[in-house]
Amino acid sequence: MGDVWQKKKLDWGLLLPVVALGVIGVTVLYSAAASEPVYLQRMLCIKQATWILIGLAIACTSPFFNYKKLEGWAVAIYAVSIALLVCVLLWGKSAGGARRWLSLGPVAMQPSELAKIAVVLILARYYNKHADMEGLGIKKIIVPILLTAVPFLLVVKQPDLGTALMIALVAASVTVFMKIEKRALYTLACMSAILAAAGWFFFLKGYQKERILTFLNPERDPLGAGYHIIQSKIAIGSGMIFGKGFMQGTQNALSFLPEQYTDFVFSVMAEEWGFVGSIVVLVLYLLIIIWGLSIGYQCRDNFGIIMSVGITSIVFWHVAVNVGMVMGLLPVVGVPLPLISYGGSSVITFMIGIALLLNISMRRSGVE
Amino acid sequence: MEDYYRTIDFDWFKHRLVVVSVCVFAVFVIIVARLFFLQVVRGEKYRRLSQNNCIRLQSIAPPRGLIFDRNGVCIADNRPSFDLCLIPKDAKNADQTILKVSSLTGIPREKLKRNFVKNRTSNPYAPVLIAGDVGRDVLALAESHNFDLPGVVIKVRPRRYYLFDGKAAHIVGYAGIISRAELQSPAYRGYEPESYVGKYGAEKLYEPFLQGKYGGRQVEVNASGKVVRVLKTVEAESGNHVYLTIDFGLQQRAEALFKGLSGAAVAIDPRSGEVLAMVSSPSFSQNAFVNGMSAGQWHDLVKDPRNPLENKAIQAEYPPGSVYKIVTAIAAMDEGVIDRDTAFFCPGYYKYGNRVFRCWRAGGHGSVSVVDALAQSCDVFFYQAGQKIGVERLAWYARGCGLGKPTGIALPSEDDGLVPTNRWKLERIGTKWQGGETLSVAIGQSYTLVTPIQMAVLTAAVANGGVLKRPVILKLIETPEGVILKRGKSVGTGVLPASPEALDIVREGMWKAVNDRKGTAWYSAHSRKMDISGKTGTAQVVASPRESDDDGSRKDVIRPHSWFVGYAPSDAPRIAVAVVVEHGGHGSSAAAPIARKIMEAYLENGG
Repeated sequence: MGDVWQKKKLDWGLLLPVVALGVIGVTVLYSAAASEPVYLQRMLCIKQATWILIGLAIACTSPFFNYKKLEGWAVAIYAVSIALLVCVLLWGKSAGGARRWLSLGPVAMQPSELAKIAVVLILARYYNKHADMEGLGIKKIIVPILLTAVPFLLVVKQPDLGTALMIALVAASVTVFMKIEKRALYTLACMSAILAAAGWFFFLKGYQKERILTFLNPERDPLGAGYHIIQSKIAIGSGMIFGKGFMQGTQNALSFLPEQYTDFVFSVMAEEWGFVGSIVVLVLYLLIIIWGLSIGYQCRDNFGIIMSVGITSIVFWHVAVNVGMVMGLLPVVGVPLPLISYGGSSVITFMIGIALLLNISMRRSGVE
Repeated sequence: MEDYYRTIDFDWFKHRLVVVSVCVFAVFVIIVARLFFLQVVRGEKYRRLSQNNCIRLQSIAPPRGLIFDRNGVCIADNRPSFDLCLIPKDAKNADQTILKVSSLTGIPREKLKRNFVKNRTSNPYAPVLIAGDVGRDVLALAESHNFDLPGVVIKVRPRRYYLFDGKAAHIVGYAGIISRAELQSPAYRGYEPESYVGKYGAEKLYEPFLQGKYGGRQVEVNASGKVVRVLKTVEAESGNHVYLTIDFGLQQRAEALFKGLSGAAVAIDPRSGEVLAMVSSPSFSQNAFVNGMSAGQWHDLVKDPRNPLENKAIQAEYPPGSVYKIVTAIAAMDEGVIDRDTAFFCPGYYKYGNRVFRCWRAGGHGSVSVVDALAQSCDVFFYQAGQKIGVERLAWYARGCGLGKPTGIALPSEDDGLVPTNRWKLERIGTKWQGGETLSVAIGQSYTLVTPIQMAVLTAAVANGGVLKRPVILKLIETPEGVILKRGKSVGTGVLPASPEALDIVREGMWKAVNDRKGTAWYSAHSRKMDISGKTGTAQVVASPRESDDDGSRKDVIRPHSWFVGYAPSDAPRIAVAVVVEHGGHGSSAAAPIARKIMEAYLENGG
């Protein structure tokens, strides 16, 4: 194993947008928490900044470690994250009707966040061994489906539909990237249609169907999700071109926006910084995503390529689903906006992802 | 490793990565387009809507389910109530608005101000109650001056109204505004700060059924907080209706009979275990709880020595007096110490050791069998029977008759009563049981305590052939559409420890008590209209020396409690009652006429 990373510089093209988003995130959080008592407002910001700094430290020290070892460890990492998900269901802390957190001394973690990375690793390992240019046949695709279904179902059970959806989307992205045979694609489509129909007509109870319909169409719930989306659209739209200015937002001030630190943080940002500010944020995300894909483009190792696609897709889907949701384009589902939404588990997970991308970037020559 | 390098070449991957990048760009273009639409194309509109937080939610309180009696008579209804509220942010200057409201309506400014300070929360857009349940005149004034009163909103919500205030108050209970502690408990999820919740009685017991579901309205308001448009409405869902087993006509009649008296009465259908009436006198005003009481009113209620808030039917423990002879008779026959023909001679007293126990009839009853001893309530007969049974066996039979433990009625805080034994006395009082005390227990004096509901259940069991039934107060619960959600059902909790023959003898004794000229209840409970059986009781009250030293103005305090238990018609009973009148004197004088009138009222009206 050579010291390749020493010859390459740290990949600032990836790191700078990440740092910029972290700074923006803490600033927006300060504003979003303006209606809270001052001590709480400060505490939230300090905590978030701490998580981002810890994440950056992980990202910057990651080159000491060779990502290729992960191919060997993927099974163990996957097994641990499944075990943690089971622990959550058994002993997890429940809040607001869902069990999502595991208490580890003073901090609580969300194992479902870690599961996203674990799924990417195990799929990258599997496809590296089994995929070819013909595309995946139905036989080869069953194992990845099962590998995804286990964490997916465990997270659905918590219930945390947003994270479950992310796991499914990321796994699907990696799989589609590896190409699926036409026949297999049709078979899968038919099977899922039949399963969905059977579930709808035979297994789901009335209130569960109602919940799904509301999810697809928030207007059905004008006192809950529908109201939140209207408020979010008003917040975003009222920002107009240049925004109302830092701390000048009105929609967020009075708890008019739900989950204003987490899922709806984009609305707070868009209200205060307007179209211009929103474009800056979106461009930063686009930079990270395209940079991530280009790392795969230059990589000379199949495992590294698949992994970089998987990790980039984690970032992409979170941005697309979160922003799409707060703008009323997509169903209301709780998904954090990478690096801006408040939350340690989410920040650390994205930073681990960034660390892996950095690592791949520095060893792109493939020289062992 | 080399094998895999051959299977997929990097150009294949590169090609696919380019396609992925194009897809990502496409998605970002859609996002930016949407952003442009919201912030640039529609920006003005949203800016306007945001200025006053124009789109708001207003909650719609659900009507509480109604409470009916077994025949569908409505006991607890709702009426609309109009609350004057103020939204601080819309009012801009709350003090000024309050001043205007005060000068317009005549409600003192201090009162409005006090409510405003008390009820306001950290959310400046939440309506703050400043005057609850205002009259229609105030409402009309506030409505017509709507535009001079920025931030003032009128909330209409259903308020509990007890049509017959104070009647059946202990069984129906009452609803009041949710407390802060209740609001925070997970049991009251979905309740709002000013929700009504059941606090007592059936209102509390069936709260999850009675409380409906909040609805709401998405509205657009103008700069002074007035609704300009209703965007969407979700109707509130009414609570479910509760039908109790009580016969409200009978209940009212029974309560009228207790006018001016303290005490309790329970009437049960012995066949089904359904409670037909439950009186606890004196009663209290339920509507006062709904409307909120002043400190003075509350103080008077809690300090009243007659304890109106206590449900005496299930919470008051009384010595049973001679009605307990039913238990002693059952025990004596089942233990075999007497049979139908066993006769004891009563000279008016009984010597036990060096003590003399008197019969209530100084002249004595002569030679009496068990039937006549019950009918004439001969103490001497039961002294001897009790002495032969012994306190431990007697206690075993008392428990078998359902005494000393709750009957299991669904209402909360039911008392156990007390069945004394040697061990109980050692533990509680610290002295050994005295033989003479057994004699007192046998005629229902001494330490034994019972609740009226226990005696009603026991009497119902005698009437129905020996089955102790858990009394029920719920007939059924149905949705406003008429779908039945739940039915009340009584379960047998035990069988009287008596042979059918012994039970026949007890019933014969109770029949003669009312229908034989020598019976203790002949004058007071005999009815020309129907065939009643029963048993009187006179429970000596041990007065503290200070009370008996009183100058006579409180003489009633040491008068004994008056008991009567009975059922009718004797051959196929449809109602069993237990009546106790505190300090009512002899059983025959106060309790028996009330019990007779309750049974007559019920059976004459087709019950």
